[in-house]
Amino acid sequence: MKLTLAGSKADKAGNPVQLKSGALQQLLAFTSLVVLVVFFSLSSSNFFGFSNIVGILLSTAVIGVLALGSTFVIITGGIDLSVGTVMTLSAVMTGVFITFWGVPVPLGILGGILTGAFCGLLSGLSIAKLKIPPFIATLAMMMIAKGLALVISGTKPIYFNDSPVFREIALGSLLNSIIPGFKIPNAVLVFFLAAIVGAVLLAKTIVGRYNFALGSNEEATRLSGVNVDKWKIVIYTITGVFTGLAGVLMASRLNSAQPALGMGYELEAIAAVVIGGTSLSGGKGTIVGTVIGALIMSVLTNGLRIMSVPQEWQTVVVGFVILLAVYADILRRRKK
Amino acid sequence: MNGKQLILMEGITKSFPGVKALNSCRFELLAGEVHALVGENGAGKSTMMKVLTGVYQKDEGRIAYLGKDTEIPDTRTAQDLGISMIHQELNLAPDLTVAQNIFIGREPRRAFKLFLDEKKLHEKVMELFRRMNLQLDPRKLVSELTVAKQQMVEIAKALSFNARVLIMDEPTAALSDSEIEDLFVIIEELKRNGVGIVYISHRMDELKRITDRITVMRDGTYIDTVRTGEVTTDQIISMMVGRAVYHESVPDAKAASEQVVLEVKGVNRGSALKNIGFSLRKGEILGVAGLVGAGRTEMARAVFGADPVDSGEIAVHGRKALIRSPYDAVKHGIGYLSEDRKQFGCMVDMDVKTNVAVASYGAFSGPFGFMKDGAIQVASEKIVETLRVKTPGVGQTVKFLSGGNQQKVVIGKWLTRDCDILIFDEPTRGIDVGAKSEIYKLLDELAEQGKSIIMISSELPEILRMSHRILVMCEGRITGELSRSEATQERIMELATKRVLKEVM
Repeated sequence: MKLTLAGSKADKAGNPVQLKSGALQQLLAFTSLVVLVVFFSLSSSNFFGFSNIVGILLSTAVIGVLALGSTFVIITGGIDLSVGTVMTLSAVMTGVFITFWGVPVPLGILGGILTGAFCGLLSGLSIAKLKIPPFIATLAMMMIAKGLALVISGTKPIYFNDSPVFREIALGSLLNSIIPGFKIPNAVLVFFLAAIVGAVLLAKTIVGRYNFALGSNEEATRLSGVNVDKWKIVIYTITGVFTGLAGVLMASRLNSAQPALGMGYELEAIAAVVIGGTSLSGGKGTIVGTVIGALIMSVLTNGLRIMSVPQEWQTVVVGFVILLAVYADILRRRKK
Repeated sequence: MNGKQLILMEGITKSFPGVKALNSCRFELLAGEVHALVGENGAGKSTMMKVLTGVYQKDEGRIAYLGKDTEIPDTRTAQDLGISMIHQELNLAPDLTVAQNIFIGREPRRAFKLFLDEKKLHEKVMELFRRMNLQLDPRKLVSELTVAKQQMVEIAKALSFNARVLIMDEPTAALSDSEIEDLFVIIEELKRNGVGIVYISHRMDELKRITDRITVMRDGTYIDTVRTGEVTTDQIISMMVGRAVYHESVPDAKAASEQVVLEVKGVNRGSALKNIGFSLRKGEILGVAGLVGAGRTEMARAVFGADPVDSGEIAVHGRKALIRSPYDAVKHGIGYLSEDRKQFGCMVDMDVKTNVAVASYGAFSGPFGFMKDGAIQVASEKIVETLRVKTPGVGQTVKFLSGGNQQKVVIGKWLTRDCDILIFDEPTRGIDVGAKSEIYKLLDELAEQGKSIIMISSELPEILRMSHRILVMCEGRITGELSRSEATQERIMELATKRVLKEVM
């Protein structure tokens, strides 16, 4: 298989331009998404309806935002196992601010996001300064956040019944008020906005550049006079910000902070990132890929459910899809 | 000595893409003999021994083992024949015991091979140690041993394969004087048992003491084999460097100015660097010569802040500079070009412009950290043009460039960052001959433009051709400084092998 687009771009020297590997994986992921959508649409008339598609998008939002954040650390060649439970802790703190302390909703939301950012900062510090491997440092943060969420909430859900506006963050529809009938929940809007911010951050700013440099060759980057420690901390904090945002979204969607939820979300987020073509060894990846990866996971779950495949089996299928996606990536690498 | 012939290698030729590493080389080893193999870095000593141990395959020539022509297609065969090599880097598992390391993969077992037979294992090891006259507890963890003792374990391991030929690569490099004495005792013991020992070392005093014969190699060719007692140290050195120095029109370098840009004082780092001090002037190329392991790279990394130092002072442009990381060094205008480009020099999976810009992202970013991609494009295109980098474009992935062009990209990185002190560690390693002179020209030009350059190199002709001044290092110390007019290959080799005698403890 030749990895060139026939008759497409050629550089100045007339050599065919090879598709950047990330772009190819994205194309692959995007094609898989289209194939899945077509397949499920043909299999069931209930699949390709407006309300079902909106349902899919809504169920993608929380995991999607988590996956956006995870993309950053994974491109550095690191990992963040704590995003699931930090998300929960952020949700709980949002509940504490708004319901227990009566803080205005916008400030409560900000508090929730900052909780995530703070956890990311701590992970970043222990990785960059204490030189603890990312896997271990974030595993510890995962436990810490899980425990704190239970302690702070007294193991009981915190409801937002006194602040009905909070629910609107995820489930209201700003778009509907602009274009009547176009009832897309805000959570979906937030997800796509976050994706755009993430994509710009990664592709256009200095953080993004260092992100790729770190993942490509950390020691060479350090020897280029880059303050690697600082940028690692910044990147883990960015992941924390997205995680905090995911926590707020989740709390709003459930109209409550559920302290027992969250465990395992980090793995789904990582799965979405990997399916989207970001390499776990670092240096390669895109936000668009992650969005597609997250959508593939939701479409798969939703479609299988509509086809009445039992939930247990849905999980099995997702597992195989992850194997397949990563194997496709390895095959492509080997061919080079 | 006077034992029977163990090994005879004749007419051994070996080529690698672009290089003839060995050209019809010869080596003979007798039973009960210690035979030194000497030569400069790159003379072909290791390649020769790798052919003997089955790591490389010879292109031409023959190997006779105990008088019979023998093929050694892989390392396993060499081991079975009883040919073992003790490498400079020891291959032991630190968390296993001495005995477990020696018989790793060949552990005696009992009860239908289900269980390890610890008792038998220790008996076998003790037997081995008795033969070597070695006092060592086989139950000790390797990590608890000194380097010298670990080396003894390696030797024991080799003997456990019934080694008749033992190749030792710089065995004393990491040993103290008293440990060296212990090693020599073992070597004498092995000689008595009829083992033939190939002894690779640069230390003339040791060679004189321990070896029976010396084979000299140079530039991949066999020079001569002599009886140790019949030659002087000077004779050996001149055989090692004997080639005509190619005075490839040394550019009448503008004498470097007197202005000191970098002053290093009293830098110490463990046993790797001892009291390093020197100064670098504006527009100067300061060559740093020395043998492998002399501490040249360590010195460069210390000045660049890449490794922590125990003590020492650095002043840049007359002002004291606190350099604790490469980040600090680069802020002071110091750039470092590693000898290992692929690992430490560039991001091989990234394109040319990313590699050129990575050290200067701060300057290429505007408000809110947005990158000025247009400026990066322009700057990297300019680098490609001025450094004459052969690439289809600045979007080319660096791993597809040749070694010389990769090196230019790394130089471009530091020029883009406006570094005026450049430390080149083996700037022409892995670069083919044509591209070498291109790099030399570039270095000359940079110096003329007022950049100050420290150039570490293992190639003496390169050092002699390029440098205004030469520092010679040996065992973590600067053992001498030579001006261009004083410097000769012989003089450098002498300083590079000058072992500082340690005080008696």
